[in-house]
Amino acid sequence: MPNLKDLKTRIDSVKSTRKITKAMQMVAAAKLRRAQESAEAGRPYADRMNAVMANLASGASGADNAPKLLAGSGENQVHLLIVATAERGLCGGFNSSIAKLARAKAAELTSSGKTVKILTIGKKGREQLKRDLGDKMVDHVDLSEVKKIGYSHASQIASDIVSKFNLGEFDVATIFYNKFQSVMSQIPTELQLIPAKFELDEGQDAPFYEYEPGEVEVLADLLPRALSTQVFTALLENGASEQGARMSAMDNATRNAGDMIDKLTIVYNRSRQAAITNELIEIISGAEAL
Amino acid sequence: MATIQFDLVSPERKLASLEASEIQIPGSDGDFTAMAEHAPVLTTLKPGLLSVKVGNDLMEYIVTGGFVEISGSNASVLAEEALPRNEVDTSVIEGLIEKATIALEDVTAENKDDAEKRLADTKALLSLI
Repeated sequence: MPNLKDLKTRIDSVKSTRKITKAMQMVAAAKLRRAQESAEAGRPYADRMNAVMANLASGASGADNAPKLLAGSGENQVHLLIVATAERGLCGGFNSSIAKLARAKAAELTSSGKTVKILTIGKKGREQLKRDLGDKMVDHVDLSEVKKIGYSHASQIASDIVSKFNLGEFDVATIFYNKFQSVMSQIPTELQLIPAKFELDEGQDAPFYEYEPGEVEVLADLLPRALSTQVFTALLENGASEQGARMSAMDNATRNAGDMIDKLTIVYNRSRQAAITNELIEIISGAEAL
Repeated sequence: MATIQFDLVSPERKLASLEASEIQIPGSDGDFTAMAEHAPVLTTLKPGLLSVKVGNDLMEYIVTGGFVEISGSNASVLAEEALPRNEVDTSVIEGLIEKATIALEDVTAENKDDAEKRLADTKALLSLI
């Protein structure tokens, strides 16, 4: 039987763990609200951009002079996987679910004879993939110093990707991130960035636009922006998902710590009573012996 | 008088949503003014001054790029950066000029003209404020 002092120390340590997880949960809840707000605020732009691009792309993708970003390089050999994860851990399955999806995709591509390159955004995904896919990593984007993700970060990442594409380093780019569904569930998602794909909403009738300067020029101008917007949206979704995942993970941890404290307290009280009973028996039997 | 629904959105937030009577837009092929029932147009923007007339009020924004989508009763401006004019001073513009100058330095030959034009347009902003 563990002695009383050990139990007491153990209870105290679980109590302070509970305080920490509780605090982290509250911080995550506050951050989640902010992350959700910025994801919400970015939505009108992304939606409009997507609608316009879908419109333009459906007209231009068949044309011979379609921009390479839309039509692709004509090959399907080298794949770039962009793995967007968090900079911090302690957020449940958030990072590993993305890593798992990316790893499965990498394995699938490798087995069909394609070349895989990996670009990681966020430290945690890099750490998880480094062991088995470390030799395939080409670049890493560090956002650990960034407090709030802005459009400039996304457009920086996007322009890096575009310049790599223009240098012929890869043919297809896919980004992996967690889509925010609710606090309890985040969906690991893959989205193909290059060649660009835009889905036209059903039933949305596109008015016939006059394009200035020309349709091709407008498309060429907008494609890199659309790419930045897609990256930005992915990063925002990821940010909200991370906080959501952390919040529910910390909520669980707090509850587990509470359960543990209850159990330990019962053991502690029992041992204390047993000790008292023992002492009484000793005293009584001592008195009887006299 | 007929009005046109004007939305100004940046990637990070919605900046304005107004019922405007007319909108002056710095299109990359030249400035133009849109009023209600304008023909559907999609055009890119050059750095310049976007002014929106709401009743008797005039709101002005400095935009650095993006595009405008006009369809009948709607005009959506999707700008990468848009600042209300009264918040912009010379130092802000100088920052933008610096950015454009840097962009010009590491641009590929085929995009050089565009980058030069961009720089010139950005410099022209100085005369607007």
